[in-house]
Amino acid sequence: MSKMHIKFTLNGQEVEGLAEPRMLLIHFLRETLKVTGPHIGCETSHCGACTVDVDGKSVKSCTLFACQADGAEITTVEGLVNSDGTLGVLQEMFREHHGLQCGFCTPGMITRAHRLLQENPTPTEEEVRFGISGNLCRCTGYQNIVKAILAAAGQLNSHKEAAE
Amino acid sequence: MIPAGFEYHRPADLASAVGILRAHGDEARVVAGGHSLIPMMKLRMAELGHLIDLQAIGELKGIEIDEGRVTLGAMTTQHELIAHEGLARAIPLLREAALQIADPQVRYMGTVGGNVANGDPGNDMPGLMQCLDARFELYGAEGTRQVAAREFYEAAYFTARADDEILTRILLPIPPAGTGYAYAKQKRKIGDYATAAAAVLIGEGLSSVAMTNLSDTPVWSEEAGTALAGGDIEGCVEAMLAAIDPQEDMRGPIAFKRHVAAVILRRAIDSALSRRA
Repeated sequence: MSKMHIKFTLNGQEVEGLAEPRMLLIHFLRETLKVTGPHIGCETSHCGACTVDVDGKSVKSCTLFACQADGAEITTVEGLVNSDGTLGVLQEMFREHHGLQCGFCTPGMITRAHRLLQENPTPTEEEVRFGISGNLCRCTGYQNIVKAILAAAGQLNSHKEAAE
Repeated sequence: MIPAGFEYHRPADLASAVGILRAHGDEARVVAGGHSLIPMMKLRMAELGHLIDLQAIGELKGIEIDEGRVTLGAMTTQHELIAHEGLARAIPLLREAALQIADPQVRYMGTVGGNVANGDPGNDMPGLMQCLDARFELYGAEGTRQVAAREFYEAAYFTARADDEILTRILLPIPPAGTGYAYAKQKRKIGDYATAAAAVLIGEGLSSVAMTNLSDTPVWSEEAGTALAGGDIEGCVEAMLAAIDPQEDMRGPIAFKRHVAAVILRRAIDSALSRRA
């Protein structure tokens, strides 16, 4: 099978590369583009470690071919830093509240939480738990992950109020 | 987990998509959200030479609510269906069921059309569509035709859709105001298919009951609906238990599944009755 020319926006930058149609987006990101934030966990659409944001949707990048993402706008955990390169609010709150233990699920958790807070800036604890139900933490550290997301929501909202 | 090689197509309209399907016969498959097909391709249980991605076809998108009727474009995602307030007012049963499908990431990609056309007995939408008496619109080289959801499913993965047809739209009558509704589902964990699930409508002169993953097709029982319309809950459960045909698998032995089916159906009926105005 001949390779296809794939082009999309990744964390605000135009990127491109060659991929066979059967190449999964997660492999294209990690192996072709060397963007290793999104992790390969189960590779069977269960664990959510490979979650990236594609056109405003949280997507498991092990269940999408790179060619399907041609022309899309993609954000990975690397794209959620502040413009000066310091940790973004969600990332900072994960650190502060010990929202990571081994850290393997963290990129997926943070990318998913980012979309969740875009859609629902003031979630309840129950809504956070339901919203991250497609992401597994094998350390079972959910308590602090939920705390970190709720704290990030609070911070983002107070930033917004201050700006207004 | 790398599938066998294939050629990728992204047609911009339905006629081109059907053209590619016809050119390659059973070597070609369409992909909507891909969250059933791509896992099967990775396991090499589905092998195909040509993958036809429907994402660029505008005709397959959109949710319309007219006088008494809802039309869902086949490429409507579960996420879009859940987020649509007008749809939740018109047919709240759809949102209740969609929220119990898979997990958030899968719902952003998974489509209503893919869920009903796939023919997997584990999918939730087929039973739901039979409960609601939906019709499916199919587009092929000979034009457009409609098939009732209650006549669409023949066996696991076998449906009334021909290989060179594409399911384009789902047409749903809006149940009368005050109709009680419920979708109840027993699953082992988030993301799992149902051990048993029930869709129930109870309204003025209309009661309808369908169940999921308890046979090689969804099960809609006219007898169960008639019993329920007459207020006979036990008769409804009995009729449904006579209609299902569960098989033993990793979700449990047959006797367990029959037990869960009755529990879930009674829960759905109770919930639908409590919402009936």
